Amino acid sequence: MNAIQIDDLTKYYGKTRGIEHIDLTVPQGDFFGFIGPNGAGKSTTIRTLLGLIRQNEGRAQIFGMDTIKDREKILARVGYLPSEVSFYPGMRVRELLKLSASLRRRDCRKISGLLCERLQLDTTRKVEELSFGNRRKTAIICALQHEPDLLILDEPTSGLDPLMQREFFEILKERNKEGTTIFLSSHILSEIQHNCTQAAMIRNGTIIARGSMAELSGTGAKRINVRGSVDLGALIGVRDLHSTPENVDFLYTGDMNDLLQTLSAGDIQDITVTEPDLDEVFLHYYGQGSGRI
Amino acid sequence: MTIVKHELRHGKTTFLIWTATIAFLLMICIFLFPEIQGDMDAMGELFGSMGSFTAAFGMDRLNFGTLIGFYAVECGNILGLGGAFFASLAGVSMLSKEEKDKTAEFLLTHPVSRTRVAGEKLAALLIQIAAMNLIILAFSLLSIGMIGEDVPWKEIILLHGAYFLLQLELAGVCFGISAFLRRGSAGVGIGLGAMMYFLNLIANMTDHAKFLKYITPFGYCEGADILAEGRLHTGYIAVGIMYACIGIAAAYWRYTKKEIH
Repeated sequence: MNAIQIDDLTKYYGKTRGIEHIDLTVPQGDFFGFIGPNGAGKSTTIRTLLGLIRQNEGRAQIFGMDTIKDREKILARVGYLPSEVSFYPGMRVRELLKLSASLRRRDCRKISGLLCERLQLDTTRKVEELSFGNRRKTAIICALQHEPDLLILDEPTSGLDPLMQREFFEILKERNKEGTTIFLSSHILSEIQHNCTQAAMIRNGTIIARGSMAELSGTGAKRINVRGSVDLGALIGVRDLHSTPENVDFLYTGDMNDLLQTLSAGDIQDITVTEPDLDEVFLHYYGQGSGRI
Repeated sequence: MTIVKHELRHGKTTFLIWTATIAFLLMICIFLFPEIQGDMDAMGELFGSMGSFTAAFGMDRLNFGTLIGFYAVECGNILGLGGAFFASLAGVSMLSKEEKDKTAEFLLTHPVSRTRVAGEKLAALLIQIAAMNLIILAFSLLSIGMIGEDVPWKEIILLHGAYFLLQLELAGVCFGISAFLRRGSAGVGIGLGAMMYFLNLIANMTDHAKFLKYITPFGYCEGADILAEGRLHTGYIAVGIMYACIGIAAAYWRYTKKEIH
């Protein structure tokens, strides 16, 4: 049985497009990446899965159950981490975690205690006094404490410092090993590349590519920005080159050793290597979103 | 019961402030009664000679010299307006505040049906209103005892009962409205409460506007009528209960298919 099965799902907000004819299958036990730029339809897809909004066409199933008819049964087995976290003001973290557990008619004190320790969250604080990162940690524990079979995470790492991000993905990997299916939505390519086994790319409301991380590895491009002068010469794998006498900027997909050798011959004051924007990746690998793997 | 408990805890401060304010004002009014009682003859004449203004507040038919006559106007206005505002405000924000504060996503991604959310929230609303009325009634009776007057049980119960029904009706209607709102809603609640109050004043001034009593719940809360007839107007109340039921049904109908953005 698939953890998530989406067939021909379409959602419009009035006349505005949300998603169009999305097909997606996430097998049970997968660590699945759902990647796309902001506004592509990631959250719309997730909100439809959770029954917060209703699709215009098509249908979605989680563990073989219909997302509209069996909403409560599904939600009992799902943990959800929203991209924007808001809690009831005036409550302490401890009370909020308890509220979440009792809405599920569960006693999750043991696991939530362990998670709070690992993520270093003080449960006596009031939720409105929490920093953005701590609020997110609270939301993470709400999503994890009842040990769901499926975790749906919408941009989970924004606001978390790198150490906490590592701890968070460590927890996710442990859960995944224990059999939890993880559906990770993100616009950060490296996050998906480093953690997921399968992924799908969404753009302008449609899925434009899907497959294993290996199949999608063609997206391992880097945006290279060099201050100084360098002659790229015959370097293979350079795209989108913008060059001025003091600055060279390009997207690179070739061999790293070749790049370093070429750069070492130049006169360089500074260099930055960054993940390209998703839009760039889509632009260069999938044309205007028409291609498919 | 989780949501009921949560709502009661969450709304505790607002509830206490409103209840304390209304009870406090009522008590002040009652304590003033022995003071003014002596001057009542002059006051009664004054209040009786203000034309339609007198009629609007039912003062042409009430005897200010008796505790219950005084209570029906003064305390009636305090409890009527205060209770109406509290019930409207609490009702109109009950469902919509989740979306306004962006907590709807948290609540509705737990395994609870929309019907259960609406039901438990409605229960919390009714519990708050019932508790408020009981507390206020208790303080009112206590104060009447403290100024050494006999408690006019039947009239007091009828008056307070009428205001309780009024609050339930407004709460039910506003609960319905709440399901259709997404943003701040306090204005709608206050506006509706105030409008109903003024509709009744208009209805009191002229017989041509008597039909308004079928619209506003203040129609069956008219102290002068209740004291004169010794019972509540069942026709107005039946219509009022119908409005409340329509409101609650609309809330369920809308909330179960509402899109949460």
